[in-house]
Amino acid sequence: MSQRRFSPRLGSNLRIVSSYAILTLGALAVLFPLYMTIVSSLLTAKQFGDTPPDFFPPTPQWSAYSNAFFSGHMWHYLFNSLQQTVEIVMGASITTVLAAWAFATYSFPFKRILWTIVLSTLLIPFEVTIITNFQTVNSLHLYGTMWALSVPFMVSAFGIFLLRQAFLGIPREMREAATLDGQGSMGFLWRVALPLVRPQLAAFMVISALGAWNSYLWPLLLTTNSTTNRTIQIGLKALNAGTIQGFNVVLAGSVIAAVPMILIMIFFNKQLVRSLTGGALK
Amino acid sequence: MTRRSVRIRQSVGAYALIAPALTLISVFIIYPFLRNFKLALYAIPPFPGLPSKWLGIHQFTTTVTSDVFLNSLQATLLYTAMVVPLGVFAGLVLAVTAHQKLRGMAIYRVIFSTTAVSSVAVAATIFGTLLNPVNGLLPWFGINVNPPFLQNTTWALPAMAIIGIWEFMGLSFLLFSAGLQSLPEEVMEAALVDGASPVRRFFRVTIPMLSPTIFYAVAVGTIAAMYTFGQMDVLIGTGSTTYTNTDTLAYLIYQSVTVQPNAGVAACISIALFGITSLITFLQFRFLERRVHYVGE
Repeated sequence: MSQRRFSPRLGSNLRIVSSYAILTLGALAVLFPLYMTIVSSLLTAKQFGDTPPDFFPPTPQWSAYSNAFFSGHMWHYLFNSLQQTVEIVMGASITTVLAAWAFATYSFPFKRILWTIVLSTLLIPFEVTIITNFQTVNSLHLYGTMWALSVPFMVSAFGIFLLRQAFLGIPREMREAATLDGQGSMGFLWRVALPLVRPQLAAFMVISALGAWNSYLWPLLLTTNSTTNRTIQIGLKALNAGTIQGFNVVLAGSVIAAVPMILIMIFFNKQLVRSLTGGALK
Repeated sequence: MTRRSVRIRQSVGAYALIAPALTLISVFIIYPFLRNFKLALYAIPPFPGLPSKWLGIHQFTTTVTSDVFLNSLQATLLYTAMVVPLGVFAGLVLAVTAHQKLRGMAIYRVIFSTTAVSSVAVAATIFGTLLNPVNGLLPWFGINVNPPFLQNTTWALPAMAIIGIWEFMGLSFLLFSAGLQSLPEEVMEAALVDGASPVRRFFRVTIPMLSPTIFYAVAVGTIAAMYTFGQMDVLIGTGSTTYTNTDTLAYLIYQSVTVQPNAGVAACISIALFGITSLITFLQFRFLERRVHYVGE
């Protein structure tokens, strides 16, 4: 009985019908804009202005995609974004796992105050740090390199928090037993602890990839004047600004930019939900 | 080995482990944040090498009382006031409705989470096209706004807010779905057995029980909305007639870093935006959290 959320016996048909009505309305609000984007990317300029609008492309024009990919350089930007995302996910995972492990299992001087400092940086949004960060990448001679896009994000206070919690969940006795067996702390981390916290690590990697792929402000700042290192998001902005003529090229660009994360959402749904809602639940 | 030398070895090991993370946090988060308070006191010329001029607190007071700042503050607050309540409400209603043993709920869940993974550039492009006056869609629905939405001083900011709501709806839905799953089933069932109507149940049982999640969603949504500027940059930009209607504070910071470099003023705006957002979050904690009902307390 307790498995049931609502007993169908008590539910009226009205309730079921109105539930579906609400959900379908919500789904339309989400899907209709996405659907029209895909349809419109396949229309000619004349068809785009049709009234009634075309809800299905009469003569699909795939040229918008090749224009976006090649004339609009989205193909090039796609690889830039991929590189940026991989660098950030790998870099952030390494620094985050090591720091979380130290905060979870070592005792060292100033641990409490350092932990408070790490957590307090969660309150600082990236937007209020750009002035100096922009100068920092210049003085580190990173400006104009792909590293400038990724290095500042190779750490995550949220990730350290998430993984520290996960590491704390590993029984102390397991660690002590491993120590008696002569296994060092790093060996235990690599062979035992990391496999145990795989769900949390995966959740962190997915949210980290999402943040990297969708990031806008930082790549915008760094690639306004240089086009070689543009990410897909900034490439899309450039298409919007009319670098290549045609509304359909812009829409094709948005489809290209959106697909990778939609695939991640479908394949890593559980990890994504866990990481997005991680802060809300105790 | 003595106990003392073990402890020292452990400390060295721990510092080696936290060093990479701590270095990056210090260089790219803490230092630039704190440096704002120094930059804010100087008039900094756009070209390096020229001397900065000390202005003191005067620069901060001039900046935050300027028309440009106050106009942006108004746009930011209006935008937030539109996005947060509607985004939270839409996510809440959808999550409560989807939290039933009905066919097809899994599909709806995937659909609703889509907007949580869309980038701001993608969302802006999509809505920019729907609102494009050349597109035959809106006239077909009988919507004719003149001048068109994005060039319309009344409608430009609400159009930006629609994009924000659309993006926030997915996250809001996910938060409430997770919140609902963590609620004890007995309470919901008890309300059902009592014969309370769905609407009554929603207001008397679901909302109070979900109040911690509602509070969290409001707080997270507010912070995100206060720092929005992406769709304004993609769809409106500095040259548009509606620029002053949609020029949020985060966009103003971006402008003063790139378009008209003035690090001192940018620092003043950063401090003000951070301060105002922190104040709002603090007030939400003060006045909303008091009304939050934690299950089990």
